[in-house]
Amino acid sequence: MSGNGGGPLLEVDGVSVRFGALVAVNRVSLEIQPGKILAIIGPNGAGKTTLLNAVSGFYHPYEGRIIFQGQDRTHLKPDQVARLGIARTFQNVALFKGMSVLDNIMTGRLLKMRGSFVLDALYWGPAKRQELEHRAFVERIIDFLEIQAIRKTAASRLPYGLQKRVELARALAAEPTLLLLDEPMAGMNVEEKEDMCRFILDVNSEFGTTIALIEHDMGVVMDISDRVAVLDYGRKIADGPPEQVRKDQAVLDAYLGVGHE
Amino acid sequence: MVGVFYAVLVAPFKDMAGSPAFLVEVLIGGLFAGLMYSLVALGFVLIFKASGVFNFAQGVMVLFAALTLVGLMERGVPVVIALVLTMGVMVVLAFAIERIVLRPLVNQEHIILFMATIGLTFFLEGFGEMVWGANVKKLDVGIPDRSFIVRGVQINELELTAALTAAILVTVLAVFFQRTRIGRALRAVADDHEAALSLGIPLKTIWVIVWSVAGIVAIVAGIMWGAKSGVQFSLSLIALKSLPVLILGGFTSVPGAIVGGLIIGVGEKLAEVYWGPLVGGAIENWFAYVMALAFLLFRPQGLFGERIIERV
Repeated sequence: MSGNGGGPLLEVDGVSVRFGALVAVNRVSLEIQPGKILAIIGPNGAGKTTLLNAVSGFYHPYEGRIIFQGQDRTHLKPDQVARLGIARTFQNVALFKGMSVLDNIMTGRLLKMRGSFVLDALYWGPAKRQELEHRAFVERIIDFLEIQAIRKTAASRLPYGLQKRVELARALAAEPTLLLLDEPMAGMNVEEKEDMCRFILDVNSEFGTTIALIEHDMGVVMDISDRVAVLDYGRKIADGPPEQVRKDQAVLDAYLGVGHE
Repeated sequence: MVGVFYAVLVAPFKDMAGSPAFLVEVLIGGLFAGLMYSLVALGFVLIFKASGVFNFAQGVMVLFAALTLVGLMERGVPVVIALVLTMGVMVVLAFAIERIVLRPLVNQEHIILFMATIGLTFFLEGFGEMVWGANVKKLDVGIPDRSFIVRGVQINELELTAALTAAILVTVLAVFFQRTRIGRALRAVADDHEAALSLGIPLKTIWVIVWSVAGIVAIVAGIMWGAKSGVQFSLSLIALKSLPVLILGGFTSVPGAIVGGLIIGVGEKLAEVYWGPLVGGAIENWFAYVMALAFLLFRPQGLFGERIIERV
């Protein structure tokens, strides 16, 4: 589905993000090939979430370019990025707490809904048919992520692990080309982590969605990623297939806490 | 001691029972006043829900809308065209507020946005005065201020029209927010800005829409108050009356704003007519705040609390 015939779906080219004097991301370049799963790992404070926020338009790079489907998208705003087909989840879970699970996921579908805002209420027939079509798609996602039982539950009442799953469902409802997951397994127990890994792999194979995910814990992601990029102190220190990154000396140093001068 | 007890707890109710037609008239008067408070409170709630901004300028927006309408009509513009133009002015105002006031202050503390709306209040008041003059103006949109009598109860046509208009307005808004995509987008923005953005909902558009809707609600409130008591600067003070309404109804509930307004309106009228004479009258002006205070003690989250939020 990439618009540039075989090139990367997303290209981050020498991107730096600064907060005042602090350089959170320092000239990082990386690529995601269509249909693949990329993991971005690194210790706390490595700049992973900042990089993801830059890609999704919440932060703007101070230098460098972000290219999506062959076009420069460096300065888009978050809602414009979403319109391009990039969906994301948040590290601390950003569900609509007052809404039910179903309404949350339906909201993820907003971009796919057509027609005039105002006339929706009047054109009852088409509007209703459209609502039903979207509802059917949402039910498919609900089945897929095995959350049938909590459909009507208010999002705020769910345990953390399930909230993360609902957030994934909401992101999927937009049928994204690229899915960005910010620590999808943080705060989960082993069983929940295994479930989440399975869902990520299934999303990738079933919907063909390209996925970039951030993880703190390097063990979990090695098994599910096609490629792993490692950040440390805002710089990329390694990038390659999991088995290669696993043996990389710089990565081992970063994770084992060898001092930086 | 017994005399006081009798005068406060027994005599007023005897009066009510003694003249039911008069009681009904008082209640109708209260409901009408309450409706006006509801309309102003509704503007507050819409903006608060969508942007977390407590819009202190809502009362002045009512005044500004009424002033614009009267000003245009005084210059010979027919009612309907003046109304459409006023709506246009309120929409332009919404765009301007988003661009000049809200956008530069995005992600600031709520208190800063609140203070910005206080500034907006003074600006709009001065601007309105500058453009349209400071005299009290008569607003006549063609609704007759006549009364007719049903079973001994005097009913005012203007008040009846106002009640119907408000009912229609509220119904339209309810349908708009519950049945349309924009309603869902609005609820999403009200709940979590970042998440809404990440789903492609443009925050700025939503803000402009909400402020426009609040502006149009302000026109309706302005027409009704203006037709009843003339367009004058004290009109903006009814905004302060909507504060107790918000405390009663909750800051985020549209039905709460309506019901809260009616309770305040009826409560203060009853208090004024039946209990007022005990303390020399004129308690109507502060009784609403006493009610709000009493309410805060027992149900600080408001009548409709947080639970109803997802249904609005």
